[in-house]
Amino acid sequence: MKTLVEVQDLKKDYGEKQAVKSISFKINENEILGLLGPNGSGKTTTIGMMLGLLKPTSGEILIEGDKIEKNRIKILQKINFISPYIELPKKLTVKQNLIVFGKLYKIKNLNDRIDYLTSKLRLNDILNRITGELSSGQKNRASLAKSLINDPKVLLLDEPTASLDPEIGDFIRSFLEDYIKEKKISILLASHNMNEVTRLCKSILMMKDGIIIDSGNPANLIEKHGRKNLEEVFLKLSRSLNEYN
Amino acid sequence: MYGLFLRHFYLITRSFPRILDLIYWPSIQITLWGFISNFFASHTTFYNNAVGVILTCAILYDFLFRTSIGFNMLFLEEIWSRNFTNLFIAPMKISEILTSLIFTALVRALIGLIPAVLLTSPLFGISILELGIYLFFLFLSLYVFGITLGILVSAGLLRFGPSFENIAWSTMFLLAPFGCIYYPIEILPEIFQKIAYMLPLVYIFEEARNILINNTVDISNLIKAFMLNIIYIIISITLFFYSFNKARDKGTLINIGE
Repeated sequence: MKTLVEVQDLKKDYGEKQAVKSISFKINENEILGLLGPNGSGKTTTIGMMLGLLKPTSGEILIEGDKIEKNRIKILQKINFISPYIELPKKLTVKQNLIVFGKLYKIKNLNDRIDYLTSKLRLNDILNRITGELSSGQKNRASLAKSLINDPKVLLLDEPTASLDPEIGDFIRSFLEDYIKEKKISILLASHNMNEVTRLCKSILMMKDGIIIDSGNPANLIEKHGRKNLEEVFLKLSRSLNEYN
Repeated sequence: MYGLFLRHFYLITRSFPRILDLIYWPSIQITLWGFISNFFASHTTFYNNAVGVILTCAILYDFLFRTSIGFNMLFLEEIWSRNFTNLFIAPMKISEILTSLIFTALVRALIGLIPAVLLTSPLFGISILELGIYLFFLFLSLYVFGITLGILVSAGLLRFGPSFENIAWSTMFLLAPFGCIYYPIEILPEIFQKIAYMLPLVYIFEEARNILINNTVDISNLIKAFMLNIIYIIISITLFFYSFNKARDKGTLINIGE
């Protein structure tokens, strides 16, 4: 299976503080990799480096074999990102936002792409509404459409279903399952929703204090740590103070 | 680049209050200075032969102010709308982002300036077009300097985060006394004159007064303004790239967008 993302010995220091301490992992095509860890464990820093927003202290990030530090613009064309902490311009309609980002990503046949995403993400009713006036679930679907506007090979999702009601959350998860089957992309999913991670991810990385403290298939990790579910595994690993330093 | 322009075009054209805001302040400013000009013209001998000097300089200064603030606003708009991260993860070179913002800032400034300029003729019988072809060069110099200040402030926002926002609003007010907008440079104390001569503004406004009062053109003023503008814009763009790299190093690009 083709590897789309390769992270090698990645480190990030902020002065004396080591936010990420030499992590390595790969994501294959048609794979959703879960990235778990308590707040401050280095997840956002890792995603920031993968998006080119942060300069690694050392190590490499390769997307389809290209190093992000040397081919930032080329790689940004192939990846995209969604997070509840960033928003689409609130005063623009959903369609205007999709046109703007479509132009920024230089998408050919933009109208067709918008039609496709509108249909897949059920945006018809909200396409001409002001983004800032939408509900959380509607905003989330609009943001997801933006993150897919460039037909990305690699999608980085930071808490994609945070603050959504169960029905919308389930719709997003089902959509992602179908989309990855159709497009064979790679997804990195950072989430605190353990049910979501268990459902979507075949493999996960557990981060704490900037290092990967464990990894593997969710079912295997549950068995390995002798817990009932992934949430209990997460709590066990999160509470193991300084064990991994 | 077109996408980023489109984002701000949609923003402006969707909102009548935004368009009104762009037009309102320049118009008020010009009207106020128009009445002050009329008062000075009728009560002093200095302005008797050049009724439009103050008003013309007010229009030129307002263009500079709008260009600079306009550029800052475009940048701040992305921070306020939490769209900053989306912008910097789009496959755009920094030079493309700057070019797009520079052009958009011009459009914003013109939306405000054109109605204000049109007001001066019927209200005060003054046309800024009296400056002739040199008006273009004066506007160009002011535009480049306004953009320079905008890029410098945006570099500060990148480097230090949104806390730098207050500086964005105060830059023009800090430089205004040294720009000799409404008075000749001789009014300034000697030490201030030395600072003023390092800015292109003093040459631009001295030349505007020279053309209107003496009906002569001193090309050397325009050349000095042009040369200083080149130096400052190179410095500002260099600083912007430096700040972008520093922001990537320090993590400001992530924090600024949240």
